[in-house]
Amino acid sequence: MTEHLLLQVTDLQAGYQRPLVGPLSFTLPAGQVLVLQGANGAGKSTVMRALTGEARCFAGRIERPASVRLACQPQHSPLPAELPMTVREYLRLAQAQPHRLGGLPDRLASLQGHRLDHLSGGQWQLLRVFATLCQPAPLILLDEPTNNLDPDGEALLVALLKGLEPDRGVLLVCHEADFVGHVAHQLVEVG
Amino acid sequence: MDLLLEPMFRVPFLTGLMLAALVPVVGVLARLRDEWLAALGFAHLAGAGGALGSALALPVLPAALGLAMLGVAARALWRRQGNDLYALMILAGWATMMLVAAVSRHASTLGQMLVDGQLYFVRGPHLVAAAILLVVSVPLMPLLMRLLLRLTLLPHQDQANGVPVQSSLLLFNALLATSVALSAVTLGVMTAFALLYLPAWVAFGLARSWRATWLLAAGLGVVAYLIAFVLALLVDLPFGPVMVATLCVLGCARFTPGR
Repeated sequence: MTEHLLLQVTDLQAGYQRPLVGPLSFTLPAGQVLVLQGANGAGKSTVMRALTGEARCFAGRIERPASVRLACQPQHSPLPAELPMTVREYLRLAQAQPHRLGGLPDRLASLQGHRLDHLSGGQWQLLRVFATLCQPAPLILLDEPTNNLDPDGEALLVALLKGLEPDRGVLLVCHEADFVGHVAHQLVEVG
Repeated sequence: MDLLLEPMFRVPFLTGLMLAALVPVVGVLARLRDEWLAALGFAHLAGAGGALGSALALPVLPAALGLAMLGVAARALWRRQGNDLYALMILAGWATMMLVAAVSRHASTLGQMLVDGQLYFVRGPHLVAAAILLVVSVPLMPLLMRLLLRLTLLPHQDQANGVPVQSSLLLFNALLATSVALSAVTLGVMTAFALLYLPAWVAFGLARSWRATWLLAAGLGVVAYLIAFVLALLVDLPFGPVMVATLCVLGCARFTPGR
């Protein structure tokens, strides 16, 4: 595996009690956005979970250089019904470095003193995707990042992905063809 | 008022004060994990351990802490988040405590003390145990807070990057069980539960930030303790119910209009 590669997946078969997806192979070099595509239930999220250790790898290999940390935004991450933490505290907890992406977007900057449990679904989604993107991690996993986002939020996300540093790479699961068309460098069919 | 200055009350006062400041902060983390029933679970196990120790002529405090630690081991094997295991601990602990109390006069007396929360009979070993717990917890707490918050809000990321999450969770459960068990044998079973649950419940509703949450919870615990300590002594009532009632009254702050 060359240093330029952030992730190499070879003949992966992943699942839980039994394999649900694969064999699947792909490589993610730095500077690229790779999109996993497929029908509902094809196993795209299972591939993501295999990369974070939640799903089981039955066969094949997942190779990631030891120095490559990952940041991930799972598809489902509901807020606890009550959580007295501010947006500012959340960004600090995530070790987010907004300057990497040109600073905190206006629509998040105005929320910094708000409690997380007072955010709308779209605001929470935008915040956690932004926090994932501006962590000091070269490898970024985003599972359905456009869920709950309005058109402005989607446009902001496109701009953020296009503005990523060249030494970082993104593995993305997304169903929205327009969004994928704007950001993808590679498409990999799952299932 | 002279009673309050009696030397014999200094050890109970200091022991309770340390626990009143620490346990609500542990409660904030238990609430974050949605495992607040842990307080009653570990408290009942501690009560059962104390009763067994009393019946078998063993030291009560180590016996109570020992059984609570068995609960931690069970929690580590259970591996699922939630309150189911704690419900089992409550029922098993209660049944054991009552059965042992039925056949042993010593255990029966101890059981009554755990219900009443007789803080004023606390002695040196309890004070030493509370001081050790506080000294160990203070540097650990920021690390555990950060880890548990990241587990809640940035799920799976730390595991994926090789952070030893399971051992840190075990450490948190050990701290939780020790805090609750020591509180149960010092302040009473229901007092331990109230101290872990109520300040955190109020703080989660009122605080504007995470930092304010644990500070408010600790502050509520200490204020309730000071009021209850003085009141129970002056009016000659058992400490436990006075403390729980005080916490309930302070808990009404949660319903502050306009928050």
